[in-house]
Amino acid sequence: MKNDPVDVLIIGAGASGAAIAWSLADTKMHILCLDQGGWMNPAEYPSTGRDWEAKFYGEWSSSPNVRKRPEDYPINDDNSPIKVVNFNAVGGSTVMYTAHWPRLHPSDFKVKTLDGVADDWPIDYDALTPFFEENDRMMGVSGLSGDPLSPLSHPPMPQQPLGLSGPLIGKAMNELGWHWWPSDTTVATTDYEGRARCINLGHCTPACAQGAKASTDITYWPHAIRAGVELKTHCRVREILTNEQGMASGVVYYDKDGVEQFQPAEVVIIACNGVGTPRLLLNSVSGRFPNGLANSSGLVGKNLMFHPYAQVYGYVKEPTDSNRAPPTCLWSKEFYDTDLSRGFVRGYGIQFGRGAGPVFEAVASEQKGILPWGKDHHRVFRKLNGHRLAMSAICEDLPEEHNRVTLDPVLKDSHGIPAPKIDYTISANSRKMMDHGLARGREILEAAGATDICINDPIPWGGWHLLGTARMGTDPARSVVNEWGRSHDVKNLFIVDGSIFVTSGGVNPTSTIQALALYIADQMKQRLANLFD
Amino acid sequence: MSDSKQLTAVQRADLRTVAAMIVPESLEYKVPGADDAVIQADMLATLGRDTALVAQALDHLAQLAGKPLAELDEAGRDAVALEFRKRGGAAAATLVRVVLQCYYRDDRVLRSLGLELRAPFPKGHVLPDGDWSLLDPVRARGGTLRGASR
Ligand SMILES: Cc1cc2nc3c(=O)[nH]c(=O)nc-3n(C[C@H](O)[C@H](O)[C@H](O)COP(=O)(O)OP(=O)(O)OC[C@H]3O[C@@H](n4cnc5c(N)ncnc54)[C@H](O)[C@@H]3O)c2cc1C
Ligand code: SF4
Repeated sequence: MKNDPVDVLIIGAGASGAAIAWSLADTKMHILCLDQGGWMNPAEYPSTGRDWEAKFYGEWSSSPNVRKRPEDYPINDDNSPIKVVNFNAVGGSTVMYTAHWPRLHPSDFKVKTLDGVADDWPIDYDALTPFFEENDRMMGVSGLSGDPLSPLSHPPMPQQPLGLSGPLIGKAMNELGWHWWPSDTTVATTDYEGRARCINLGHCTPACAQGAKASTDITYWPHAIRAGVELKTHCRVREILTNEQGMASGVVYYDKDGVEQFQPAEVVIIACNGVGTPRLLLNSVSGRFPNGLANSSGLVGKNLMFHPYAQVYGYVKEPTDSNRAPPTCLWSKEFYDTDLSRGFVRGYGIQFGRGAGPVFEAVASEQKGILPWGKDHHRVFRKLNGHRLAMSAICEDLPEEHNRVTLDPVLKDSHGIPAPKIDYTISANSRKMMDHGLARGREILEAAGATDICINDPIPWGGWHLLGTARMGTDPARSVVNEWGRSHDVKNLFIVDGSIFVTSGGVNPTSTIQALALYIADQMKQRLANLFD
Repeated sequence: MSDSKQLTAVQRADLRTVAAMIVPESLEYKVPGADDAVIQADMLATLGRDTALVAQALDHLAQLAGKPLAELDEAGRDAVALEFRKRGGAAAATLVRVVLQCYYRDDRVLRSLGLELRAPFPKGHVLPDGDWSLLDPVRARGGTLRGASR
């Protein structure tokens, strides 16, 4: 079936798709967004029921391979020690995310210049500054301005309380003389633009029933829709088609009834994340683009960067916040910058964790072998439960072409579309960085008085940051999109999600992903008259 | 194996036995074991998508024991448990998780842990603000941002 043409077609209604849809709305162009997922109903989120923790192991798992909602597509990640996690709905993975909200640092945009590795970005931090600020207002960020080791931000809401866990971590870091600071988070600490403030349900991941956590279904989308953007749900895009001029002509998708449709468009914007985007481009083969769309560089799907998480946790005598608070509240940038005496280049941010709920604690501790079966179970459980403190080193992965997303030759989604396959190994540099983080984590937890120290090396289901698989650059032979997100090969095709990252930095990426999407929207608006030149 | 597969009577009996091996009743903490009838009923009613793997784990246990688990003496059961946990893979992990997730939402167990008997939403929790003077040393140390233009 053929639909009326639209000016702009956005594929993906997650973090970046929502931001660019809202920003482009003031052009008054006809903008349509398609997402394979639907609108979520917060009344059905896990924290509304007594079985809230159990749901995380099944229908609310962060892994699409476990969750298996009809909206999900399978991912073959057998050949990766880090498994991909995501969410497919209006809001995308922000429905699931933990709301930790650092930005890339200025130095992250020039790693070649500063450290002689990987590549510099074609843009710098300053180009993104106004968009970071705009995005923080739109998402609603809480935090404390003035961190001496982080880029200056102006969160519109005050930081989260330290709670019980925060002071334990703060004191330990002070004893070691190391930097720490309350994290910027997208958790509303006051009522904010129709969103109710956080009431410490402690279940931001998988989803916030209170609406205090900024997922884009409750932040950008209501504004974008009011401004005239059209959003069609349960529409899974199979491929992007091109015309004789080598321009994108539209997309083929399956609608909510499984009927194949063609949607013509003047401009196509992909926002399907660092795995979904290369999958779509590689599935869009034609005589003109036999290796996949926008892939003359051969780099589509390559240079996948995850941020391996090296996690250390332990148990203190004092009670911690466990599940009675948002899981993250503090960060540290003590080991963020390159110091070659550590044996590796680049660095990592630290994200501290406040604790866990009783079921999670029991299941994880039994698996680690610290919670026994039998008579002693009860005594040990009472020592562990409600006493956990955690830290994770978010290690900067450097781009390496052998870490990649390809199409699985066998695995397909429910519409018969080839599924993505991940091949990924932790590099020698990341490995050394993780070891450093694990050693420092142990020191921090010991300074806090923790015992029974355990590690996750890496967090196996920690593939939440999906970056680098359609990188930005000025050289068409070494990048997929240019410095304002337009494909080098197809002049009306744009990419705005995490796949355009050149390097990954050592922090959670979503603030930067959205700032980039707003920046690209702004660049497009400035060039509307000659967008395809 | 399909998700809708029900456990057989033998599997249910072994589930009860293994649940008590994982979490036995405790008079000291005044809590039931995970073989308690209410907790067992919760497990069976909510097995859902875990049914196939749990059945597989129970079959593995039965194979290791060679007879109903309950008929083994304590040493025999301990040996089976050790082997099961070491080699049982995803199925064993699923069975243990199912036992623990139902046990640690039982009213009597939560009460004994001093936890409230409710879903987190809508009441939520209250957090102390904490002592923000802890940040003074961090402020005093200061720092610079590498590569920043201003
Ligand atoms: C458990 C978890 C915790 C996280 N915690 C944090 C955190 O604390 N801080 C942080 O910064 N980041 C965090 N993240 C990562 C964050 O969610 C992502 O970085 C961000 O959402 C990526 O934005 P995106 O626009 O690239 O893609 P997404 O938000 O993933 O959106 C992609 C959208 O595209 C749609 N789509 C894909 N393919 C198709 C297709 N073929 N047809 C139609 N629609 C399609 C999907 O359904 C989805 O809605 C976390 C993620 C997870 C899963
Ligand atoms: S802790 Fe706050 S933000 Fe997180 S789920 Fe609960 S109410 Fe929402």
